[in-house]
Amino acid sequence: MTVRSKRDWNRLASRAVQAAFVIVLVGLWYLGTTRWRISPILLPNPVVVWHELKDILSTGEYIPDLRITLTELAIAFSISSTAGIALGYLISRSRYSIRVFEPLLAGMYSVPIILFLPLYILFFGLGPASKIAIGATISFFPIVLNTIAGFGYVDRIFILSARSMGASDYQLFRWVLLPAAFPVILTGLRIGFTIALLSILGSETIASLAGLGHRIVHLAEGMDTARMFAYIAFVVAIALFLNITTSTLAARGRR
Amino acid sequence: MFHVVNTTVLAPEVAVRVQNVSHHFGEEGESLHVRALLDTSLDIRRGELFCLIGPSGCGKSTLLNIIGGLLTPTAGKVLVGNTEVRGSLPQEVAYVFQENALFPWSTVLENVNLGMMFQGVPRAEREPRARKSLEAVGLADFTGHYPGQLSGGMRQRAALARALSLETDVLLMDEPFGALDEQTRMVLGEDLSVLLSHTNKTIVFVTHSLGEAVFLADRVAVFSARPGTIKEIIEIEEPHPRKPSFMTSEKFTALRNQLFALLHEEIRKAMAESTASERAALSRGSGASAR
Repeated sequence: MTVRSKRDWNRLASRAVQAAFVIVLVGLWYLGTTRWRISPILLPNPVVVWHELKDILSTGEYIPDLRITLTELAIAFSISSTAGIALGYLISRSRYSIRVFEPLLAGMYSVPIILFLPLYILFFGLGPASKIAIGATISFFPIVLNTIAGFGYVDRIFILSARSMGASDYQLFRWVLLPAAFPVILTGLRIGFTIALLSILGSETIASLAGLGHRIVHLAEGMDTARMFAYIAFVVAIALFLNITTSTLAARGRR
Repeated sequence: MFHVVNTTVLAPEVAVRVQNVSHHFGEEGESLHVRALLDTSLDIRRGELFCLIGPSGCGKSTLLNIIGGLLTPTAGKVLVGNTEVRGSLPQEVAYVFQENALFPWSTVLENVNLGMMFQGVPRAEREPRARKSLEAVGLADFTGHYPGQLSGGMRQRAALARALSLETDVLLMDEPFGALDEQTRMVLGEDLSVLLSHTNKTIVFVTHSLGEAVFLADRVAVFSARPGTIKEIIEIEEPHPRKPSFMTSEKFTALRNQLFALLHEEIRKAMAESTASERAALSRGSGASAR
């Protein structure tokens, strides 16, 4: 009991330090805009930003942009996870194809695919299609690579012992390969989800017609910095919420 | 009356027949070519505990895998009961592996149940059989634990329970206690002797330990260095279950010494061969780098 309460206390203490850090940061921000007179075009006052944020939320102005960004994310992630898991599984079926395709895919994963965005826009236009395509492409790689790693490197002894007890192909897949690979695939899905969100928001800021990233750039160009900051804070909150949700789901899936 | 001699029908007292089995890994002429087993023949009697012992790399595990159908020999054949082994025989042969072959994502009970499911035991029978075999190995209170939560000895007990629940006639054990410490091995060996004395299974047991071989086995086959073949078979005439006092008896010591003498020479040979091949590999390697 005492060990536990001590651990709780430690956790509380580190939370307090984290909170203090954020408070100091916001305090410095506030001082910068009031005492040190940084131009409000460069750094708006946090209180003003807060009021802008309340305005955005109460008018519901954000809804169309949020809907577009989340739809793009959902479609991109569905494509990349379906393709990534299916292809990863097929590749993992033989040592030979792992040897051929894994280094190839790992090499492509290290290419900054966002550089191809202009090409994607030429192909798919300025609308959501190009965002979906880039998000799906970028998030495909961690998913397919983790799927290969998950299925391809299951300890041989598990397969041998299941076979020696008479497991059929289906039983081997369902009760041995799948549970062995599952945690690794889940990690791939989580990474894929995060970078799909990042690349979609990023490409919206570069060239787009709508979406949260588009809105932020639009406000920046109109020098409405306070409202832009409010939108950034909103996007950060959304991203945080989505990432925490996926981590929790992943942790639960892993049990 | 004619008497037809059929070589594939075994005398009832023979559970496993190994006939002129040879095995090599890799192709002739390849650098990885290894002749693991050379023309080995052997009859294992029904209900006996048969131990395979020999220097490392002598092919004793290879022979066990061939008996279990996990490996197809390059030459010769193996009969289990009256069936020729071509692939695993889940109805006749169960395995206890050297390392931990329990599925870490399933509980102990689920592991045992899965084995029976793979083997084709009807669902309703699985649970009671699983509980019975877990009780037999002393793990009745750990059915809900995951393998990662158990000690090495308990994990091997669970693996044994999984194999027992399959109710096969033949049980193959590949250094099942190899990764355990001396004390745990001793206790597990004793328990195994008690447990197996009333199951009437035929057991083939691979070990490195002379003491374990003498303590557990009805017969011990000593392997020669690679390419392995059986050099001699020693009978251990002592009723099961064996008592710890057997371990300190003069008979035990004499048998152990006899085994040691047989093995010693082979181990020396095996080591000489492996250093020679290492030296050859090294000189090959340096030749390649000079180029």
